[in-house]
Amino acid sequence: MDPEIAKTQEERKRIEQELASLTKITFDTDLYGGSDRDGYVTSIPVNEDEEPEPDNEVARKLASYTAPKSLLKEIPRGGDDEDAGFKRPSKIIDREDDYRRRRLNRVISPERHDAFASGEKTPDASVRTYADVMREEALKREKEDTLRAIAKKKKEEEEAAKEGGGAAGSAPAAAAAPKRRNRWDQSQDNENAAAAAKKAKTGSDWDLPDATPGIGRWDATPTPGRIGDATPSVGRRNRWDETPTPGRLADSDATPAGAVTPGATPAGVTWDATPKGLVTPTPKRQRSRWDETPATMGSATPMAGATPAAAYTPGVTPVGASDLATPTPGAINLRGAITPEQYNLLRWERDIEERNRPLTDEELDAMFPQEGYKILEPPASYVPIRTPARKLLATPTPLGTPLYAIPEENRGQQFDVPKEAPGGLPFMKPEDYQYFGALLNEEEEEELSPEEQKERKIMKLLLKVKNGTPPQRKTALRQLTDKAREFGAGPLFNRILPLLMQPTLEDQERHLLVKVIDRILYKLDELVRPYVHKILVVIEPLLIDEDYYARVEGREIISNLSKAAGLATMIAAMRPDIDNIDEYVRNTTARAFSVVASALGIPALLPFLKAVCQSKKSWQARHTGIKIVQQIAILIGCAVLPHLRSLVEIIEHGLNDENQKVRTITALSLAALAEAAAPYGIESFDSVLKPLWKGIRSHRGKVLAAFLKAIGFIIPLMDALYASYYTKEVMFILIREFQSPDEEMKKIVLKVVKQCVSTEGVEADYIRSDILPEFFRNFWVRRMALDRRNYKQLVDTTVEIANKVGVKDIVGRIVEDLKDESEPYRRMVMETIEKVVSNLGASDIDARLEELLIDGILYAFQEQTSDDANVMLNGFGAVVNSLGQRVKPYLPQICGTIKWRLNNKSAKVRQQAADLISRIAVVMKQCHEEQLMGHLGVVLYEYLGEEYPEVLGSILGALKAIVNVIGMTKMTPPIKDLLPRLTPILKNRHEKVQENCIDLVGRIADRGAEFVPAREWMRICFELLEMLKAHKKGIRRATVNTFGYIAKAIGPQDVLATLLNNLKVQERQNRVCTTVAIAIVAETCSPFTVLPALMNEYRVPELNVQNGVLKSLSFLFEYIGEMGKDYIYAVTPLLEDALMDRDLVHRQTAASAVKHMALGVAGLGCEDALVHLLNYVWPNIFETSPHVINAVMEAIEGMRVALGAAVVLNYCLQGLFHPARKVREVYWKIYNSLYIGSQDALVAAYPILEDEHNNVYSRPELMMFV
Amino acid sequence: MQASDRFNINSQLEHLQAKYVGTGHADLNRFEWAVNIQRDSYASYIGHYPILAYFAVAENESIGRERYNFMQKMLLPCGLPPDREDD
Repeated sequence: MDPEIAKTQEERKRIEQELASLTKITFDTDLYGGSDRDGYVTSIPVNEDEEPEPDNEVARKLASYTAPKSLLKEIPRGGDDEDAGFKRPSKIIDREDDYRRRRLNRVISPERHDAFASGEKTPDASVRTYADVMREEALKREKEDTLRAIAKKKKEEEEAAKEGGGAAGSAPAAAAAPKRRNRWDQSQDNENAAAAAKKAKTGSDWDLPDATPGIGRWDATPTPGRIGDATPSVGRRNRWDETPTPGRLADSDATPAGAVTPGATPAGVTWDATPKGLVTPTPKRQRSRWDETPATMGSATPMAGATPAAAYTPGVTPVGASDLATPTPGAINLRGAITPEQYNLLRWERDIEERNRPLTDEELDAMFPQEGYKILEPPASYVPIRTPARKLLATPTPLGTPLYAIPEENRGQQFDVPKEAPGGLPFMKPEDYQYFGALLNEEEEEELSPEEQKERKIMKLLLKVKNGTPPQRKTALRQLTDKAREFGAGPLFNRILPLLMQPTLEDQERHLLVKVIDRILYKLDELVRPYVHKILVVIEPLLIDEDYYARVEGREIISNLSKAAGLATMIAAMRPDIDNIDEYVRNTTARAFSVVASALGIPALLPFLKAVCQSKKSWQARHTGIKIVQQIAILIGCAVLPHLRSLVEIIEHGLNDENQKVRTITALSLAALAEAAAPYGIESFDSVLKPLWKGIRSHRGKVLAAFLKAIGFIIPLMDALYASYYTKEVMFILIREFQSPDEEMKKIVLKVVKQCVSTEGVEADYIRSDILPEFFRNFWVRRMALDRRNYKQLVDTTVEIANKVGVKDIVGRIVEDLKDESEPYRRMVMETIEKVVSNLGASDIDARLEELLIDGILYAFQEQTSDDANVMLNGFGAVVNSLGQRVKPYLPQICGTIKWRLNNKSAKVRQQAADLISRIAVVMKQCHEEQLMGHLGVVLYEYLGEEYPEVLGSILGALKAIVNVIGMTKMTPPIKDLLPRLTPILKNRHEKVQENCIDLVGRIADRGAEFVPAREWMRICFELLEMLKAHKKGIRRATVNTFGYIAKAIGPQDVLATLLNNLKVQERQNRVCTTVAIAIVAETCSPFTVLPALMNEYRVPELNVQNGVLKSLSFLFEYIGEMGKDYIYAVTPLLEDALMDRDLVHRQTAASAVKHMALGVAGLGCEDALVHLLNYVWPNIFETSPHVINAVMEAIEGMRVALGAAVVLNYCLQGLFHPARKVREVYWKIYNSLYIGSQDALVAAYPILEDEHNNVYSRPELMMFV
Repeated sequence: MQASDRFNINSQLEHLQAKYVGTGHADLNRFEWAVNIQRDSYASYIGHYPILAYFAVAENESIGRERYNFMQKMLLPCGLPPDREDD
């Protein structure tokens, strides 16, 4: 039975196979050449975005023939720059400076009372109201003041003690003792303050830990063993030999006050993250815990449970360390944040433990000789250590490998692989356990309360957003958005915001989380009110991020937030931060306020701003208020104009403020306002002119700098008359400050001079007599060239002055310095001269100055050692070009230098010399130095063997410049010698060489093709094919052009044969370029020379070739435009065939050929052929491949232009109300593009609709007849 | 629509088309299309002065009156919409 069944089965399988091979699609190997069709691209992109490209001089001259931009810019993907667009994920914290890192010190405050929601009700006592917050802030400020006072007093005391101690003779001891006690005192003070705060606040203990700011500072990062040092030994028992614990932590136990341990936590960060930890000194401290198991200790002693320090700082307590050395799955530190530093510390500690573990008997046996030693019995009193933690560490090792042990298999162990998250959640990083660890507990979901379930759901979604794959992320984000109101603002923000404070956050993660906030803000709307401050705390740091996009994102969120929460809530939330003691908080708050102002309108915020800027309570409030105005000006630019006067009025009194910082920021704000308003709005500044100008006489230093800056921005707004007056007023201060040693002041002074000088009313004579002498004496010194920013500012200012006083004064003063011995200084001089001369020309320069100038430039040019920015080269070029014919006497000398430098050993020098030739070639021609140029040509020709590609490129460029100037006939060496020398260079793969070479060859092909035999040109054609796939667009374009020139010079037949052969190659890029070249040849040499051969080629039964031909036709008709009307009938049969082909690409390419054809011959009477082609194109409208359908739609658009909308509408009407939806969709799409294209033309062609009972569909007007 | 064409140029094309008032879609009914046609027609009559003048002559009205009439007719060119059959 069995074999029978098997036989039957086999039989059936065989038959099925036969059937399958019959029904399978087989390709005609004759037609398709049996080649592998998988390698082909089934459709070709039609349009791609264009990129702007800087025009280059030569390319523009050559560009008589063009190729479609989409082709020229199509770049084969290289391997080298593949990852250029992708940055490695980076942690935000790594690139932050200390100031920005202060964001981590902020506390995510609990939600606040929403006055709008509760209406008239008095808020519950447990809710934090605005009043509470303000009170806390006041308290904090007071505390800070007190602390400062205490510190001051201490210092005074200390100094007094020092003086007194020195007199007494027991100086060192006396000085050390109070110092140490200081710390204790201070922390106790803090404790007291904290306790006081607690009392004052009634039941809100959230920021208690934060109330001990001193601690973090004076003992920020405790390393194991340091605690002991910090604590004075107060009669403690020496127990360290009893239990040699890791990390010597025993000592901390002996500290007299419980306050030490919390003090050992690394700065406030972790405290803020989980504000549950209440600092309570434990009563049981005296008991020795060192023999207890650390695992139980966590829960057994109230101390560890109560102080989060034990869990947070494993570096301090061995408990955490041993705990983590063998993490058990469930216990993976769900308790506290573990920063990367702590992780490293842990790892390091584990390593050290491993190395320091006690030696085993075997190891000792191996180390010591057998005889001469005796093994002693352990004393009776000895008790081995039974601490399980230590046992775990003591891995038994085999002999001989003291430092490495093959670990025993432990299935419960986690190694470094994170535990796989249940339920398809993305993987968690170690840092994430703190936030998402709960998800790992696979409890029964049903057992959880609805609230907990909701939390879990939020956590899951957030984890997916943060770490998930893009599709996971997308759905999670959508769910979060959709269910935002269902989840509620509280649970959402309580989960999201701590994540954003995570110290190890990466850019991408932050971006995603911020996106989540943005989305849910939109949904939650007014529900966010209680959380506004929380959100601000995490979002504000984005406003000062160095990444531009982070700043934009931050602005967007805050703007959305203020729209959702409303102005009143925003002000209530941010008001307490305005006079926060921390400058960081005030700074970010000011920026956030400016965003609020731009979101809700400046007028809405004005009354509040006014009040803040006039605050009597604290200068910080005034400072922040004025800073808000500054930020508003910076943020919204010229949009401040309508509110300019009120803004200036709000801050003007700050110029006379008693606090120096307020005066400074006021001046800076005025500067920002003036800059934003330029060139309008001077009348708004009337009221501040007097205090400003008075202020510069009375102030010094930073304030003066700020005032000057404001003046510098206000003067350009003034009328000529006033500008002149006020400039003179400020100038003597400026001149005085010329000598200031302060770098910042220097920069500001330079900037202000530039601004003053460039205003209309300031006259040249005044500048010449009053400013120039001092200016040059103080600023044109070598030191200024060393700092990049000074250098730039000085050059800019000098150029601005030159614009007023002319070339001669400036150049005359600095020309001598071209021979200065400091190279950076020479470079600065050169750059200034270059800018001045190219701005203003050289007509001012007299014979003597000219001589000095050329002399100096030659000196500077020859003496330069490094010139990466080409300053010397540009300067030389600029001066020579502006002097024009006047350089003739110096040319032999210059050429001598160039020739000498062309022969230099250093490649850089040779390259520069060649570059210089291309810069001055035009001037040499003007000076009729053709012989000299010929000579240089020969010299360059001899250097064509150059091996450095950069230099070779420059040499080719120089040759090109000479050929361009003196023409083909006069060129030495003669073209017929030069070109064969260039052919091998075309093979060079270096981009610069390629570009210059192809430009030169193209130029010769264009102007002097007859000097070179046709065979040489054919050889070049072959080389050029390779260059068609160059990376750089300029090269591809030049190559395509050159094809055109060559075809014109030697006739199309040979070139065409080469190109058509090239269609058979496999590489797509190459084929595409070839089709372009064919089309260009057709355009250059008339289509009739090319079309027969091209159409003949279509008969080759090979996919590539046929597609290439069609593509060439498409380009060809694109280029020849109306000329196409003579050829349309000739190619119609071919297109018919292509449009009926089974191959998609055939139809796609043919459709695009039809499009170009139709557009070219519109209105030229070829409608019959076009309608015929449209009949072939139309059935393709149901194609789904994007490129094909695109090409077809465009062909139909082309037909609309050529045949008129009415014809195409008639094609359309048959399907607009087709019973099949799929059909209707396509037809409506066509109808829509038809409608958009020629709406008006359709009016005459719409079908006649019959009226229905109530509705009139007919258009009787069209029936009217006169 | 397939998932693959959701992001290609054609979907953008449709989005672009949908921004114009007079364009249609597969669910457009006879009445809606007719309204579009009528409004386009009136807009076209008003936009071409010679046509307007021609109608004025034919109807023996002033050109301004014709223009006004056409504009008024654009409000409800085909009368009230018919009741939907499906709901």
